[in-house]
Amino acid sequence: MVVPVRHYGRMIFAVIVVLAVIGTVYSIATNPNFEWSVVAEFLFSPSILRGLGSTLVITIVSMAIAVVLAVVIAVMRISPSRIISSVAAFYVFVFRGIPLIVLLILLGNLGLFLKSITIGIPGTQVVLIDVPISEVITPFVASVAGLSLAGAAYMAEIVRSGLLAIGRGQREAAKALGLTSSRTLRFIVLPQALRVILPPMGNEFIGMLKASAIVSVIAGGDLLTVAQGIAGTNYRTIELLIVATIWYLLVIIVFSIGQYLLERRTAEK
Amino acid sequence: MSDRIPNPANDEAPDAARPMVHIQHVDKWYGNNQVLHDIDLAVEEGETVCLVGPSGSGKSTLLRCVNHLEEIGAGSVWVDGELVGYRLRNGRLHELREAEACRKRVEVGMVFQHFNLFPHMTVLENVSFAPITVKNENKAEARAYATSLLGRVGLAGREGSYPSQLSGGQQQRVAIARALAMRPKVMLFDEPTSALDPELVGEVLAVMKDLALTGGVTMLVVTHEMGFAREVGDRVVFMDAGRIVEQGPPAQVLGDPQHERTKAFLSAVLR
Ligand SMILES: Nc1ncnc2c1ncn2[C@@H]1O[C@H](COP(=O)(O)OP(=O)(O)OP(=O)(O)O)[C@@H](O)[C@H]1O
Ligand SMILES: [Mg+2]
Repeated sequence: MVVPVRHYGRMIFAVIVVLAVIGTVYSIATNPNFEWSVVAEFLFSPSILRGLGSTLVITIVSMAIAVVLAVVIAVMRISPSRIISSVAAFYVFVFRGIPLIVLLILLGNLGLFLKSITIGIPGTQVVLIDVPISEVITPFVASVAGLSLAGAAYMAEIVRSGLLAIGRGQREAAKALGLTSSRTLRFIVLPQALRVILPPMGNEFIGMLKASAIVSVIAGGDLLTVAQGIAGTNYRTIELLIVATIWYLLVIIVFSIGQYLLERRTAEK
Repeated sequence: MSDRIPNPANDEAPDAARPMVHIQHVDKWYGNNQVLHDIDLAVEEGETVCLVGPSGSGKSTLLRCVNHLEEIGAGSVWVDGELVGYRLRNGRLHELREAEACRKRVEVGMVFQHFNLFPHMTVLENVSFAPITVKNENKAEARAYATSLLGRVGLAGREGSYPSQLSGGQQQRVAIARALAMRPKVMLFDEPTSALDPELVGEVLAVMKDLALTGGVTMLVVTHEMGFAREVGDRVVFMDAGRIVEQGPPAQVLGDPQHERTKAFLSAVLR
């Protein structure tokens, strides 16, 4: 029989951690100022579920737009044309630099300095489109625009590093077989880059879900907006934040399982 | 691009005697560094030409000019009587648009030192992908042809494997089948066995020998395998410092080299 080394320090630390967790949970659970019944009451209330629905829609739509935009910007970044790659670099610089909350407030208040969107034929009086800003940029549109513009700036860097991870030999082999550069990108480079891109993209999705809470500053109608609205009438701020937290965590758990399964599938080859 | 354009009459003029590959007065620069100096080389249909020479002598660069992976600085390259990568108009060379250049590239197959198989595709997909995508071949026919080519390179039954599940020698044979699947007029090999373990070199050379001797494939081969050059090559071309120093039948160039640089290279290689 082999007697393994005993890690006393590790054991003592584990005991301390477990005690701390138990103590925290106990103090929250038994705090007389905190009503679990309120949490239970609102967890499945129609307005909270509607807020959850908008959060999911905002996140998924923003994510989809951001991914497409990110691929476009990443491809522009590695373009041989200096002008195109500079434009892409500038985009990343700007939208990674602006704090998301500033961007959202800007977009949400676009109507303050742009009254309407007008598209006409220059030099003539012909007006093709003329719509007031307030009709186009609803809080939903502003939320999705802000999240996807900012998200794309981060994701473009992820996509770019994924594209660069695919060696020159792959592009050359494709080229030698007569593939155009766009086909090479679509059939050879992107499918392989996906394996590099997917794990950090999963994290971006979770980041996007959490960032979607920020749209509450322009009353985006998301989960947090709704939870704060309810708290504004019944003063159960903490309970409603717990309700929102529970939903955010649940969505992340479900998503993480999907992410795990997807990564396992793409890693197989 | 060029001010030295030889024999414009050659442009697409059918001529039974013309070589399959005709490299004429090709110069190539990387910045200020000239890596090819006035290269002239003709490869006849069905001929196997082996390019040998020290590292950095421009062998790969020359090969890559034949399928326009590299642009040339001056001169012209012709495959089966057609200009590669350029169009002749009013005595000047105009670079082809990408789609056109790609269509022409199909006529030249290339095998790389590091195989460059597509790791996310099965062996069968690697071989049938380009015929289906680029040449719009019928899927079933392309797969059937791919399967027969895989049989020819000794890989029958491995259609469903992924490249990572194959040895280097097997991967290189898949790469040869992949190039052949496009039914090219010329096959280029850039040191196809240099990345292989010694015991796997033979199986790849055997496939190439079969293509050259029984398949009648026109081949331009960069190699350090002097045994292969001697046995399979119709001609050996020795390059040094971006120039063709001497060429001729393998027995002559390898057995009785005339130039000092060839002698020095061969004695270093053969030890
Ligand atoms: N992309 C490039 N940019 C700049 N110089 C290059 C490039 N590719 C090759 N060269 C230079 O061109 C010359 C010829 O290179 P090439 O690869 O054709 O030689 P090679 O004969 O194939 O050598 P090796 O046996 O090492 O493969 C070398 O001096 C090399 O440094
Ligand atoms: Mg080389």
